[in-house]
Amino acid sequence: MSPAVTVDELRRRTQELLKAHDPQATDRLEFLRARFDAGLAWVHFPEGLGGLGLPRAAQATVDAELEAAGAPDNEPGRIGIGLGMAAPTILRYGTDAQKRRFLRPLWTGEEVWCQLFSEPGAGSDLAAAGARARRDGDDWLVTGQKVWTSSAHNARWAILLTRTDPDVPKHQGMTYFVCDMTDPGVEVRPLRQITGEAEFNEVFLTDARIPDTHRLGDVGEGWQVAQTTLMNERVAIGGRAAPREAGMVGVVAQTWRERPELRTHELHDRLLRLWVEWEALRLAGDRLRQQLAVGAPGPEGSAMKLGFASLSQRLSALEVELLADEGLRYDDWTLRRPETVDFTGREAGYRYLRAKGNSIEGGTSEILRNIIAERVLGLPSEPRVDKDIPWKDLPR
Amino acid sequence: MSLLYSDVEEDLRGAVRSLLADRCAPASVLARCETGEPYDLGLWRTLTRELGVTSLHVPERLGGQGASLRETAVVMEELGRAVAPVPYLGHSVLAVGALLAAESSVESRVTASLVARLAGGELIAALAVPLSMWPGADFPTSVRASGDGVLTGRASAVADAFAADLLVAPALGPDGPSLYAVTSGFAVTPAVSLDLTRPVADVVFDGAAGELVASGDAAVAALSSALSVGAGLLAAEQLGVAEQCLESTVAYLKERRQFGRPVGSFQALKHRLADLWHEIVTARAAARHAADALAVRDPDAPVAVAVAQSHCAAVAVHAAEECVQLHGGIGMTWEHPAHLWLKRAKADEIALGTPGRHRAALAPLVNLPGPS
Ligand SMILES: Cc1cc2nc3c(=O)[nH]c(=O)nc-3n(C[C@H](O)[C@H](O)[C@H](O)COP(=O)(O)OP(=O)(O)OC[C@H]3O[C@@H](n4cnc5c(N)ncnc54)[C@H](O)[C@@H]3O)c2cc1C
Repeated sequence: MSPAVTVDELRRRTQELLKAHDPQATDRLEFLRARFDAGLAWVHFPEGLGGLGLPRAAQATVDAELEAAGAPDNEPGRIGIGLGMAAPTILRYGTDAQKRRFLRPLWTGEEVWCQLFSEPGAGSDLAAAGARARRDGDDWLVTGQKVWTSSAHNARWAILLTRTDPDVPKHQGMTYFVCDMTDPGVEVRPLRQITGEAEFNEVFLTDARIPDTHRLGDVGEGWQVAQTTLMNERVAIGGRAAPREAGMVGVVAQTWRERPELRTHELHDRLLRLWVEWEALRLAGDRLRQQLAVGAPGPEGSAMKLGFASLSQRLSALEVELLADEGLRYDDWTLRRPETVDFTGREAGYRYLRAKGNSIEGGTSEILRNIIAERVLGLPSEPRVDKDIPWKDLPR
Repeated sequence: MSLLYSDVEEDLRGAVRSLLADRCAPASVLARCETGEPYDLGLWRTLTRELGVTSLHVPERLGGQGASLRETAVVMEELGRAVAPVPYLGHSVLAVGALLAAESSVESRVTASLVARLAGGELIAALAVPLSMWPGADFPTSVRASGDGVLTGRASAVADAFAADLLVAPALGPDGPSLYAVTSGFAVTPAVSLDLTRPVADVVFDGAAGELVASGDAAVAALSSALSVGAGLLAAEQLGVAEQCLESTVAYLKERRQFGRPVGSFQALKHRLADLWHEIVTARAAARHAADALAVRDPDAPVAVAVAQSHCAAVAVHAAEECVQLHGGIGMTWEHPAHLWLKRAKADEIALGTPGRHRAALAPLVNLPGPS
């Protein structure tokens, strides 16, 4: 199908899907699979893989029609890593067989994905990762430790970054795999967070077996493949369409409106400042989306994540202060292993604490500033001591 | 609503920018500052006659090009980048803005020929109110009009009055608020101004004969509309100033070496510039949003203007302050243009309502009332 598909045609196809699978009378998964097969899952993906090869912007038409009809969605909050990171990487580097095997259940949410990148010794400096993959016939055996792995406890699959050649500089000796989380060599242990719950985990890999057919990209090409994942991570976090007051600002504004007795002049001015900044950031997000729609993606995505983290933190902090006596209480410290994360969920204390992660997960704000300074503004990099040394000889 | 720049807008930007690159280099702007001719009227003639910047958002039936405030905002950005010494804000945005708003009222007395002469840049106009006046301010009472339209009184710190042939003056007449066009009978005394490239002046009306252009509610609405358009489009200028400050600072830090390496490779500075870039990204979106909302008379325009002005004012000041600091000693010299940007940014923060005023205006609009 040509990219010249009109809005009307897209609407017609959506209506056809709705007619053939009345969402009120159809099993949820069955509907989602049918939607995928009709190419209406993510229209910018190729035909046969849940899409129609259309510009990203065309998705809005489909989503609006489906929402109006009360169709179920794929709970994007539960499968964010799959949708935002694994899928674009598989699309770009996967073989046909991999695309056919993984993308449909990924999109419908039948299979949850997690990201096995960070290690105790390799966080911001991800290229230092050392989980070792060794060839074993048609398979690979992976041994090492991953950490801060969100959703590992629900995940069926993982995108995994490994070290295959320790004798070359760190960026060169990496290989990227899809890892089966049910393999006996994979052990997942909860890691409790400052919120009390355990969204993320430690993952121990002991001769975890991965068939070579689950490799993404060439041997030694892992770093380049990971770049695709990380770039999409930032777009995914920063690129969502949002109405005014969506997100943390709306939560705090609501508390402000409902609780006039708590207001002070000082908090009022602070709230208005943050409201303005959030609105300006929201507009920047809109502008970014408009750029993407005409095919001219700007580097604004990293600005979005930087601003989102800082504003979420300052707004949630303000709410705790506003609540005064109630701000001294916390809803529940029980260790739980949640299936989804909602930054604006639960109560003010939780939101304040969870927002702290926004400037760490998906690349810290400091690393984002480095990226903006060097790649956007073209400022010279810091002197590097680690670039040309074989990985095994790096100072640790 | 498009927050992007159209091809036509980019072409306009290109034309203005290349003219300013030729005729408005920092050194020449600086040289003009302390002379008796703070305005570059030669440049103004080229801008108005050849590029038509003063007629963009004026409707065709009034002798304009029938474009919109979006295009005028692009010109503001470019003039802001160059801190060009031309009376564009006072003339095209504020004075013409007031006349266009008055013209659209039912009992309009604004003549098409007057607007046409202003649109063509034949006459330069200014709006005789303090530049610090904000859109929601009370109608000024410092100028009084008699029943037959004779004006007496004063207005201080008026932008671009020194260049003006015609003043659009709000005055209190026997029937209440009114708006007059005045071409003689007033004295303009330039003030020593913080902003060297947009000096303010004090205006005294001493029995000046004014031509009534609006009265009563129409006069109040026209003034408020002009100030609102002014505040919204000033955000575009502030964006331009901020971009200029960031670009010149980045360029300097790539070249300047200390401790055996470019100072731009020190992370402490890189992070400050990354933050500034982030602020500018959001300022651009807010400024574009305000220009568009004003252009299409979106009912949401008052929110868009308050957001844009309170945000962009602060971003421009921050950018200019960082520019001075990160240039080191040379940033503190009269010779380097950083101070021209700082002075413009700081004056712009006061102009047409401080950020605090705009936040106060925003509070009831978005239902965030203060403590009782
Ligand atoms: C809630 C949450 C969920 C996460 N989920 C996942 C996941 O699912 N999968 C996964 O692989 N990872 C995940 N992470 C890990 C995350 O990506 C890392 O924590 C992050 O990249 C930082 O690495 P680090 O923790 O090792 O900190 P370090 O890299 O050790 O950083 C320590 C401090 O030094 C700063 N720093 C480091 N290098 C520089 C530099 N060059 N310049 C300036 N400052 C620097 C950092 O900004 C930070 O402040 C998650 C993290 C959190 C908080």
